[in-house]
Amino acid sequence: MTDRVRASGSIRGRLLIQLLSGAGILALILFFVVQNFTKQLAEENQDNILRASVTSILDVAAVQNGQITIDIPYSAFSMLGNVSDDRVFYKITQNNIFLTGYDSLPDAKPAKSLSQPRVSTANYLGEEVRLVTSTRLLSNAGVPVLISVTIAQTRNGQKQTLAFISRRVSMLGFGFFAIAAILTVYSAQSTVRPLQQLAVSVSRRGPQDLRPVAAPIPREMVPLVDALNKFMGRLKKSLGQSEEFIAEAAHRVRTPLATVRTQAEVALHRVEQDENRVALREMIRAIDESSRAAGQLLDHAMVTFRTDYLEVQKLDLREMVFDLVENMRPVADLKDIVLNLENSSPLSIMGDSILIQNAVRNLIDNAIKYSPVESLVKLRFLQGPRKIGLIIQDEGIGFPKEDRSDLTKRFVRGSNVGGRIGSGLGLTIVDDVVGAHGGSLSIENNAKGNGACVTLCFPSS
Amino acid sequence: MRYLLVEDNLALAKAILDRMSLNGHVADHAARIGTANDYLKVSDYDLILLDIMLPDGDGRQLLKEYRANSGKTPIIALTARSQVSDRVGVLDLGADDYLTKPFDFSELEARCRAVIRRQGGAAENIKRFGNTVYDGVSGKLRVDDIPIRLRNRELRLLEIFINAPGQLFSKSKLVDRLFSYEDDVAENAIEVYVARLRKKLESSDLKIITERGMGYRLSLL
Repeated sequence: MTDRVRASGSIRGRLLIQLLSGAGILALILFFVVQNFTKQLAEENQDNILRASVTSILDVAAVQNGQITIDIPYSAFSMLGNVSDDRVFYKITQNNIFLTGYDSLPDAKPAKSLSQPRVSTANYLGEEVRLVTSTRLLSNAGVPVLISVTIAQTRNGQKQTLAFISRRVSMLGFGFFAIAAILTVYSAQSTVRPLQQLAVSVSRRGPQDLRPVAAPIPREMVPLVDALNKFMGRLKKSLGQSEEFIAEAAHRVRTPLATVRTQAEVALHRVEQDENRVALREMIRAIDESSRAAGQLLDHAMVTFRTDYLEVQKLDLREMVFDLVENMRPVADLKDIVLNLENSSPLSIMGDSILIQNAVRNLIDNAIKYSPVESLVKLRFLQGPRKIGLIIQDEGIGFPKEDRSDLTKRFVRGSNVGGRIGSGLGLTIVDDVVGAHGGSLSIENNAKGNGACVTLCFPSS
Repeated sequence: MRYLLVEDNLALAKAILDRMSLNGHVADHAARIGTANDYLKVSDYDLILLDIMLPDGDGRQLLKEYRANSGKTPIIALTARSQVSDRVGVLDLGADDYLTKPFDFSELEARCRAVIRRQGGAAENIKRFGNTVYDGVSGKLRVDDIPIRLRNRELRLLEIFINAPGQLFSKSKLVDRLFSYEDDVAENAIEVYVARLRKKLESSDLKIITERGMGYRLSLL
């Protein structure tokens, strides 16, 4: 009956994807920025030491007795060893003529600015090295002498450190992402929660509960809930109008019929002439027929209406049938029919009590109507593992063999009903009620003797 | 028995009152809740017949208030509404029974009797005829202080006679009173019930006399 709502995407999914990809990008940026920064720091550190080393060598260059002497200080290399165990190369030239060290070691490339010392990176002996070159101008007896010192150091230690730091930073990035992901899931959840709460509070309602949603809701949802409330208001009004209309229609039809019927009865007891008597009896019969038809039509309308809005609750079938039997006893008494209800333990089923009551009443009513005077109507319960039922057996005319399956159709009556008044809607109502509850109705004749055997079943709760 | 009928439809009320007096009952009639409350203040009734839709309010309101003020008289609601249309039934509000309009008067009487009997019989309604005692409320017949079991139809037949002792009833009249309008009953069917009742009244001072070609009447020896 209800069409499945078409879902396109999910708010939570969208939020999750957006927030998580944001957090991922941020984590990546964090990773690269920190890695870059530490790399720069490490390089700068090496450069500074290389510079200091170069400077300390140049500082000791001096002219002694017309000779250039450079007594390389121990600290010049030891300070490099402090940083890592990388290999160190050096080269000293005088006026671009190789003096000592590694002849093949290149100079650092000249920087754009002419500042000293120059720093660059090169490949030397198959390894990446950092080169620092600085020059100093000495004067040897008035002749200028250009001393150039180049020191190079491989970068293995630095690379190891960087790799170590990278691992740490990537762990940091991942940790950041994980925390962000947890927060994201939580925030997506809490964003969607009011929606879920609203959905639950609306879907938990009984079909008759059309009150406006009163629970506090976030401001953004106010228009939606407002629209929902208005819609429910309209629905409630129109449902109320249909119910009221059916009830009012019943009242309008029945009250005048009641007047006519009672007056006809009084008149019947007063008239003496037989033809008047017969006419009045006919009249009362016709009134009964029309009021029965009107009543059942309106009941049928109400039942059809109600089956769409079942008010399901837990109820005890035994207690309900017991009350109904007590209620029908005076009517059965009029024909000296004994209603015999077999006792049972409580039988709980889930259902709409008014509808089930109406169905059972219709069946008892039928049993009394189609039974001869001074007969017995037996009612007993059926208790299976999955279903609970009521069997009503009478000693009446039973159902005709040929059209039994049609009897639950509207306005169809058995071919053997004779002059008994009926609308042909009783079993239709019963069938509708049973169908709405997922139960079953079986119409049989008693195996032995005559009379009907009607079985009504509901799923047990 | 004494009834209070609360019904705003005057034609229907008059018809019911007429029908009741035919059965030997006394009834007051109120067309509004206000009038009904006035009656209830000053008189005691064996039974109240209450219409639900009234011009100055809802009969269920009267029902609730009457029960809240510990009114004990049994109430039968007369409703023109369908049984399936009211979620809160009149029974939940304190009515003892209800009847949907239009109703068969025999059913109304049967329900009245059932309700009064369930209540333990408000007032004694005992009629004595020589050695025979009849309680109209409980429907019990005793002859020489021995209870006699009567079937419903026998009882109703006896009641028709007892409410009008000496009056002559034609077979057709008795058929009209005793059988539902659904059954096309031959007048001879009444003979069966008269014969049965006669048998039960064998030792009683009450006798059912056959007036040949005219009908039956009850006479006291």
